[in-house]
Amino acid sequence: MQLFRPPLPSLRFVPVWRRNLLVWRKLAIASVLGNLADPLIYVLGLGYGLGAILPEVGGVPYVTFLAAGMVCSSTMNTASFEAMYSAFSRMHVQRTWDAIMNAPVDLDDVVLAELVWAASKSVLSGLAILVVIWALGLSNSPLSLWVLALTPLIGLTFAALGLSVTALAWNYDFFMYYFTLVMTPMMMLSGVFFPVEQLPALFRGLAAILPLSHAVELARPLLLGRIPEHILLHLGVLLAYAAAGFYAATVLLRKRLLK
Amino acid sequence: MAVIAARDLRKSYDGQNVVAGVSFSVAPGECYGLLGPNGAGKTTTLRLCLGLTEPDGGSVELMQIPVPGEARRARARVGVVPQMDNLDPDFTVTENLLVYGRYFGLDERTLGERIPKLLEFAGLASRGGARIQTLSGGMKRRLTLARALINDPDIVFMDEPTTGLDPQARHLIWERLKQLLSEGKTLVLTTHFMEEAERLCARLAIMDHGRFITEGSPRELIARHIEPHVVEVHGDGVMDWADREAAPLAARVERSGDTVFCYAAEPAPLLASLAKREELRYLHRPASLEDVFLKLTGRELRD
Repeated sequence: MQLFRPPLPSLRFVPVWRRNLLVWRKLAIASVLGNLADPLIYVLGLGYGLGAILPEVGGVPYVTFLAAGMVCSSTMNTASFEAMYSAFSRMHVQRTWDAIMNAPVDLDDVVLAELVWAASKSVLSGLAILVVIWALGLSNSPLSLWVLALTPLIGLTFAALGLSVTALAWNYDFFMYYFTLVMTPMMMLSGVFFPVEQLPALFRGLAAILPLSHAVELARPLLLGRIPEHILLHLGVLLAYAAAGFYAATVLLRKRLLK
Repeated sequence: MAVIAARDLRKSYDGQNVVAGVSFSVAPGECYGLLGPNGAGKTTTLRLCLGLTEPDGGSVELMQIPVPGEARRARARVGVVPQMDNLDPDFTVTENLLVYGRYFGLDERTLGERIPKLLEFAGLASRGGARIQTLSGGMKRRLTLARALINDPDIVFMDEPTTGLDPQARHLIWERLKQLLSEGKTLVLTTHFMEEAERLCARLAIMDHGRFITEGSPRELIARHIEPHVVEVHGDGVMDWADREAAPLAARVERSGDTVFCYAAEPAPLLASLAKREELRYLHRPASLEDVFLKLTGRELRD
């Protein structure tokens, strides 16, 4: 079995993506509200509440500082959630993937479709927060539009990592480990809520290898109207995580489903 | 020219041979059955034919297309009715067919023409807008069959197409399968129902422990493996009767629970003996495929 060969998806991934879109369209309003409510509460609650008693953070009001972190973490959350809970339902509970793979669609196509789909949904999440940021006047630089271009990459990265976790899961509880042991600590360490410089050296080193901190390092300057430093490095790290996750998810799912 | 040619297929999991050297070929328009107890390797054989798993040895060609090498191309001309229901619960009946047709790269116009015909075929013409949860087991099965036909396939693979259905629903499925055969489609089905196999299959193989034990038409298999008459006997003292009187009169005597099965070419002496034993009740019937199956695979439970 060519377990370890690189993924070779085809354009047949498109109808699988369209399938997910059709399901989503039936629940779109609830889904968008859900995507919007949680990060909005954080921005308003923490940003204005906590921000009122804080001096400026990183040279800007706290709510402005936090907003950039929320765009990234919200995009991450949506992509991760979709690639874990929803993909697991389709793969394991509803057996939708089995039906799809009886048609001329390979597992590689299904994996790509799930990644692109999770990334698509996460772009909507990121966009929703951006709209709030613009509406509240927290960013009025044209550079902030570039954040929208960044969200598909953030989405793909975390979708690929999430789908690798899904490949190992046998029930929904399994995802709690990933959320509590990986994603929550990552949010704390990646400069979402406070500057990474606050952290002890050890944690700063750890933050430097986490994908979310590279996303934040790109998004925050753009929202503040500055061109980020080390753009290629940050993009490269996100791309590397996305590629590694895509490959890992494909191999693990082949092992699980095609034996 | 065979539309399915499988040669010496082998597949093992964790050192266990699930498929251990299976060869068969199916002619165009034929209905071919794979029978066997649970765990005999039927479903794995189907998965190998579809290119959903790679064989450890051997080869499969569907319509001269090598599988799994070009499985995507081969599956474009194949329909599949899986054992477990995997209709899309988020969609209506029509949406299920529409979305599935897109996986084959069919355009909306072709699908627009085909879907009403398939709904008609499945007896679901008035249920196009219904949600999947509102359908009965039989309707879901018919929809799954219609879904397998969305690409107008040359071969339809079915894994236990009528398991879990009531007799009415089962007969309707059989009717539809015969209709497909009359249209020239090739069918391959796995089943536990001997009656189903006898009615539908021109040829079949009985499988156990990953191997074919025998292959042929239902009639051939009965003639080859078993005596033509069966007398099933039960009642007080049946075991004693079996030892003393039935043994010399029948070609074979089998005991299962409280029942004795006597297989014979000439049933008259057995029936004469039973006429004198009023406490014994019996059923005399012609031998069936089920008798062949039980003889070849044994009577003990498989889980």
